[in-house]
Amino acid sequence: MTTPREFKYVGTRPIRHDGVDKVTGRASYGADVVWPGMLHGFVLRSPHAHARIVSIDTRAAEATPGVKAVLTGKDLPETTATIALGEAAIDLRDVGDNMLARTKVLYHGHAVAAVAATTIDIAREAAEKIQVVYEVLEPVTGIDRAIAADAPILHPALRTKGAASPGAAGPTNIASRLEFKRGDVDAAFAEADVVVEREFRTPMVHQGYIEPHACIARCGEDGRAVVWCTTQGPFVVRDACAAIAGLDPAHVKVIPSEIGGGFGGKIVVYLEPMAIALSRKAQRPVKMVMGRDEVFRATGPTSGSRVRVKLGAKRDGTLVAATASLWYEAGAYRGSPVGAGAMCALAAYKIPSFFIEAHDVVVNKPKVAAYRAPGSPIAAFAVESVVDEIARELKMDPIELRLKNANAEGDKAPYGPKYGPIGLKQILEAARNHPHWTSPLAANQGRGIAVGFWFNAGMNSSATVILDTDGSAAVVTGNPDIGGTRAAQAIMVAEELGIPVERVRPGVGDTDGSGYTDLTGGSRVCYATGMAVIRAAEDVRDQLKARAAQIWNVAVDAVGWENGRAIPPAGTEKAEAMTVAGLAAKMAHTGGPIVGRASLYAPMAGPAFGAHICDLEVDSETGQSKVVRYTVFQDVGRAVHPGYVEGQMQGGAAQGIGWALNEEYIYDADGVMENAGFLDYRMPVASDLPMIDTVIIEVPNPLHPYGVRGVGEVPIVPPLAAVANAMRDATGIRFTELPLSPPRVLEAIEAASAVSVGA
Amino acid sequence: MTKLHIETTINGEPREFLCDSHETLLSALRNGLGLTGTKEGCATGDCGACSILLDGRLVPACLVLAPEAQGRAVTTIEGLSSGDALHPLQQKFLEHAALQCGVCTPGFIVAAKALLDAKRNPSEDETRYWLAGNLCRCTGYDKIIRAVLDAASEMKESAI
Repeated sequence: MTTPREFKYVGTRPIRHDGVDKVTGRASYGADVVWPGMLHGFVLRSPHAHARIVSIDTRAAEATPGVKAVLTGKDLPETTATIALGEAAIDLRDVGDNMLARTKVLYHGHAVAAVAATTIDIAREAAEKIQVVYEVLEPVTGIDRAIAADAPILHPALRTKGAASPGAAGPTNIASRLEFKRGDVDAAFAEADVVVEREFRTPMVHQGYIEPHACIARCGEDGRAVVWCTTQGPFVVRDACAAIAGLDPAHVKVIPSEIGGGFGGKIVVYLEPMAIALSRKAQRPVKMVMGRDEVFRATGPTSGSRVRVKLGAKRDGTLVAATASLWYEAGAYRGSPVGAGAMCALAAYKIPSFFIEAHDVVVNKPKVAAYRAPGSPIAAFAVESVVDEIARELKMDPIELRLKNANAEGDKAPYGPKYGPIGLKQILEAARNHPHWTSPLAANQGRGIAVGFWFNAGMNSSATVILDTDGSAAVVTGNPDIGGTRAAQAIMVAEELGIPVERVRPGVGDTDGSGYTDLTGGSRVCYATGMAVIRAAEDVRDQLKARAAQIWNVAVDAVGWENGRAIPPAGTEKAEAMTVAGLAAKMAHTGGPIVGRASLYAPMAGPAFGAHICDLEVDSETGQSKVVRYTVFQDVGRAVHPGYVEGQMQGGAAQGIGWALNEEYIYDADGVMENAGFLDYRMPVASDLPMIDTVIIEVPNPLHPYGVRGVGEVPIVPPLAAVANAMRDATGIRFTELPLSPPRVLEAIEAASAVSVGA
Repeated sequence: MTKLHIETTINGEPREFLCDSHETLLSALRNGLGLTGTKEGCATGDCGACSILLDGRLVPACLVLAPEAQGRAVTTIEGLSSGDALHPLQQKFLEHAALQCGVCTPGFIVAAKALLDAKRNPSEDETRYWLAGNLCRCTGYDKIIRAVLDAASEMKESAI
């Protein structure tokens, strides 16, 4: 066993390097730039949830003074390209169709045409002159309708992929079905002393980033395009733009702006290829910015769901059997996160026998996009609610029940591999020993706990560290900084080179200025890109040692390194330890500039668990509830900048609380979203929440030199069930459908009291 | 279409601009005057990303027409720091890691300035309700509230 490394900068809280720009309003986000001669683009969207496009007449729009280009689906080539993204793949034909419909519109708000004009007002007015003739079809607005025998079919060519249900060979809305199983489930349930089975439903919810999608693009006569946009993945945008707009990827450069939130929703493209195509027609730059209603209707969200879970336990609390049937809405095109949901559902527990089936269902709603630990919160809501019911049946403490069944290092994960060191038991023990768990509750209050899991991702990363003659350093990666990763990367360079963190300049490169790097997502930046940064800094250090060896005329291997200084071998004449600054000053005379680089593919990551305790106060006269205390426990491996680690834990918890209590896409019978604005789509505000306490647990991840695990995604997984379990504790009612909004809660409370009065 | 000529004061400086009669002040600030620190998150007054002070009163710039700025005093995020010194709110947001993506930050800081202008020593509850018109999706508000309370206490001390 190696001695734990002592850190000088890792674990400190320096002020982020991009901070002053962001608190003074100087930082440039997607919509903040102006390019000379630029036009403004506006998108015409479908007023129907499901319709065939019979014809589009753009002549009146094109004839409008000030209009420079009009675009419809016919202007773009059909592509069959895909982009690999971890184990998943983005189907660019679907992305292109989703961006601009060709033959059918598949949701209310689906783009059908775009106009570029000298002002946004002219573009909007011209778009309204476009004549689109639709043959309106019955919309499929939910899972139940989608899988009915007489359901309208969204995609006539779609067939169920994977382990199909019997008889599902023809046209269908079930895009895929998969199974996971272990042991003999029926026999295992027969041995259980307690069995609980429930069915749960959740509505579509949006990522809710505050910055709408925005971009500006120019495409010249030579077919070369430059795109400035708000994105989590500049390289994804580059490849998607090339395929969808029909350009050579060698001729596309993407410059990521500062990004105003994404949470998974700013990975696929919605505007950028359109802006390129409009610019190509108009031969002027085109800027496109979404309104909030467009963001709600045509981007994100994550799946609505129907999930049935059955658990069996022995009298002593040992879980022996489980089944789970997951149905997730994909939206208009296949690709819900149901597979990930199935893999995460039972990830916390040692259950010898289980059967899980997962279905990906297309419906006439926006195509879902990744949302923080995609698929896992929905599955955890169901499983952790049933675990809570098992604890109640057994009259067992819910933490003790979870500890008794918790997976640990060496246990086989339900989705296949053996776990390395994981912190599930540590977080549960920390929760049990925390004063929150045993503090008294007031009247009308209840307490709930739930755990959550996410795999975390590795994938491709590159980093460059550039040493300057004054001994300062720049570090460049291809990951947009969505929550403080520049600060973490600067800390890593400071740690490796022994220079103050303030003397490191962390930057985000464009697609020509950084090595290929996968997106900012999957909780991978601090882990995988961080590893590339550490190795690039080590490369600089190795070069500095070689320069010192040259100066001292000794062998490189004989040069030591301590506290940011090269140390000469004992007995070397006239040689004194040299600092980074001292060696950097001599660069020109010892071989020239020093640039460190590293690139890597990380096939694995350190998975992570979190446990949340929620105290909820419920007003039984209105159904209104309020979170009065909340504590997040999470194994983060190693917190590089604890301030931003806590921020991830708090922000994820708040999003999950919103999902649990208020947020939902509300549709009318025609498939029109009725609450496409922040007034009616009710995200948590400051007065809805208490301080969110955090407990950082560090079980080092052996795959990372500092022990870092991904942090960003896990914290959205437990809140749905933690809140619902608190609601159960406060009201005696098990809610199986989200959100726990006042009308739903009030109705259930009144129904329950009517029953008790009647009895 | 005839543009309107507006004379106003922005961050203490006299400014003139041309705008359409239906143009919002948010659009005039961002597009005409190049003050892009004020952000558009919804254009319906629900998110607070475009918070500004109009004659000292906190308003969302998306719900004010640009011509309404005639003869008034507008304060935006660009007007908060003085010389090379950050406003205490800006400094405390940095120290508390009270921003992640940062796009809501200018609106929060302007709204918090309006709070501290009105009340030197707000409670946590008062701060939460005052800032309830500003949406942040990244932080869960914890560190934002701490930053504002810390700035309030520091400004109170320096005022004594």
